[in-house]
Amino acid sequence: MTTVEAEGQGGLLHERGDMDPISKFMVDHKIPIGAWGKAFFGFLTDNFDTVFRAFSNGLNFLLDGLVGILLMVPPVLLALIIAVIAWLLQRSRPLAIGVFLGLIFIINQNLWKQTVQTLVLVVAAAAMAMAIGVPLGIWAAHKPKVYRVMLPVLDLMQTLPTFVYLIPVLTLFGLGNAPGLIVTIIFVIPTAVRLTHLGVVSVPKSIVEAGEAFGATKSQLLWKVELPSALPTIMAGLTQSIMLSLSMVVFAALIGAGGLGTEINRALGSRRIDLGLEAGLAIVVLAIVLDRMTRIAVGGKK
Amino acid sequence: MTVAVDFRNVDIVFGADQAGSLKMIDAGASRAEILEKTGNVLGCAGASLTVNEGEISVLMGLSGSGKSTLLRAVNRLNVVSRGQVLVKDGDKTVDVVTCDEATLRRLRQKQVAMVFQQFGLLPWRTVEENVGLGLELAGVPEAERKERVQRQLKLVNLDQWSKKYAHELSGGMQQRVGLARAFATEAPILLMDEPFSALDPLIRTKLQDELLQLQTELKKTIIFVSHDLEEALKIGSHITIMEGGRIVQTGAPEDIVLRPANDYVRDFIANVNPLSVLTAWNVMRDRRDLEHGKDGWVWLDRRKTTRFKIDDHGLVAAAERDGKPAVWVSCADVEGQSEEAAQVFWANPGTSLKTVMLAMHRSQTAPVALFDDQSRFVGAIGIRDVLSAVLRR
Repeated sequence: MTTVEAEGQGGLLHERGDMDPISKFMVDHKIPIGAWGKAFFGFLTDNFDTVFRAFSNGLNFLLDGLVGILLMVPPVLLALIIAVIAWLLQRSRPLAIGVFLGLIFIINQNLWKQTVQTLVLVVAAAAMAMAIGVPLGIWAAHKPKVYRVMLPVLDLMQTLPTFVYLIPVLTLFGLGNAPGLIVTIIFVIPTAVRLTHLGVVSVPKSIVEAGEAFGATKSQLLWKVELPSALPTIMAGLTQSIMLSLSMVVFAALIGAGGLGTEINRALGSRRIDLGLEAGLAIVVLAIVLDRMTRIAVGGKK
Repeated sequence: MTVAVDFRNVDIVFGADQAGSLKMIDAGASRAEILEKTGNVLGCAGASLTVNEGEISVLMGLSGSGKSTLLRAVNRLNVVSRGQVLVKDGDKTVDVVTCDEATLRRLRQKQVAMVFQQFGLLPWRTVEENVGLGLELAGVPEAERKERVQRQLKLVNLDQWSKKYAHELSGGMQQRVGLARAFATEAPILLMDEPFSALDPLIRTKLQDELLQLQTELKKTIIFVSHDLEEALKIGSHITIMEGGRIVQTGAPEDIVLRPANDYVRDFIANVNPLSVLTAWNVMRDRRDLEHGKDGWVWLDRRKTTRFKIDDHGLVAAAERDGKPAVWVSCADVEGQSEEAAQVFWANPGTSLKTVMLAMHRSQTAPVALFDDQSRFVGAIGIRDVLSAVLRR
């Protein structure tokens, strides 16, 4: 006992020579998780490289194209259009004016191009995450067993440090907007799934039974009872997805996605407080604008 | 009479070990024993009940007695473990337990409608959209749907409220929406799962009256779950009392009150006012049990104050009270009668005991004679008969 303690305190644990026999035995029989993972991704790149690259190129083309189109519109006009969309969604004049002023501030800071790039990335990521996450959430809500299997995977996607999966995504998809989008989607999907699941399982039993008692088919039950009832929660999921996508902007920039994240990384690299503050505030403005625009647009009847 | 719903030996068990639980049910095990042995919950066991077309059949019991469970077997919201639930479907009869999904859906859309305790309204829909739910699910075209919804809303006096949301309405109004939704499908069978229990007493009484009023026109077959015996006695044409998942007694309201099958039922009716159920028929002494004198005279009471002379057709030929000739007066006309001539009050067998007692009280006379529809003398009620019925001794 005393020897083990002495040895444990004496050397660094990974220096195998100093280890106690039990730890040494275990380390000698290390499970090669890292090697397996590497082999798996090696297998993917060796065999399906062209597929991934083609997918990546297509996605890049789409995103860049969309950004290009939006940048052809004069900035103030685009800001006005977004303000009008805000009014259409929420019917609130103060909100529309606030959105417009926020965007004018960004134009004023000369960050319009980067903001549009980020906006496209964030909206695309949130939309994709919802498109994948909502059906998965509904499925999980209907099949508790599926949810039990899904749960650890969702935990993994949310807690695995982002840098860890930046590496394989980078090797598979290369640099650019596409891998940035994919990384963001991976990070955001669990929230979309969880909130959809929560919304659907919280539908009051009494109204589900009312639907059944009047002869609803499974799909009628879903579309006419469960989804309308879960809509506020699902919309909260959309808002959360957008916010989380925004929080990934800086990481996405590390693997070549353009936009405000790139500015912040550059500011970090060159210790430019001014640049960091400007880009950071632009992200905050974008976040507030998107949050207020999507916040429970439906089901908010009092 | 046509049978609308027929439960045949229905067992319902919630849980995985169906076979084991059914075996224990056959051995007569109680709910607690089954729960302990198998971990399953006994919903109901060996329930057999026939509900005829057009009647209001009330399932009664404390909470957990299996009354709702049995009701929900009719549209398979609860799955029956064993037995049959036969539901009239046009000219045929369908066993809900074994029918396929499509048949079940058609039954739910067209034959069996339901009203829920917690209303079960969709809060994001307006009143008219809620009422139209069943029709919408059944694929009724919008124009016809609108027309039928408006008609139902008028029926329950909510046509002014059709564009409101359900939560903008009071509880009583919400349940009227629930009723209208059920009526809108024009299903002949109506399941009502404690529909008025969540409402305050005044509104509850009002809705009960409205339901009875509507029922005189609509003539639905209603299976009604209640834990309130007053309510059951008021609206039920038949009452079924359940305990621990089993049916203890089925009968007309007065049967339950006058002849409770066991202590459980006796406890149930202990605080019920018998005047609300009993009729003259339930308390009278039959003509054959009365004391007969000579020349066709019959004494109506034990103290021999009043007697009738009955002819061959059962009609009353003469009446005497305290040795003097008497006239007879309907209990319904007790007000405004002079007391100069000796009177004998009479009633029909269907007259409520309350009316008979009122007549006795106002006129200070007993006994009361009972005549059937052809004016034949059928029996008499004395003070002692009334007291023993009210005190249930």
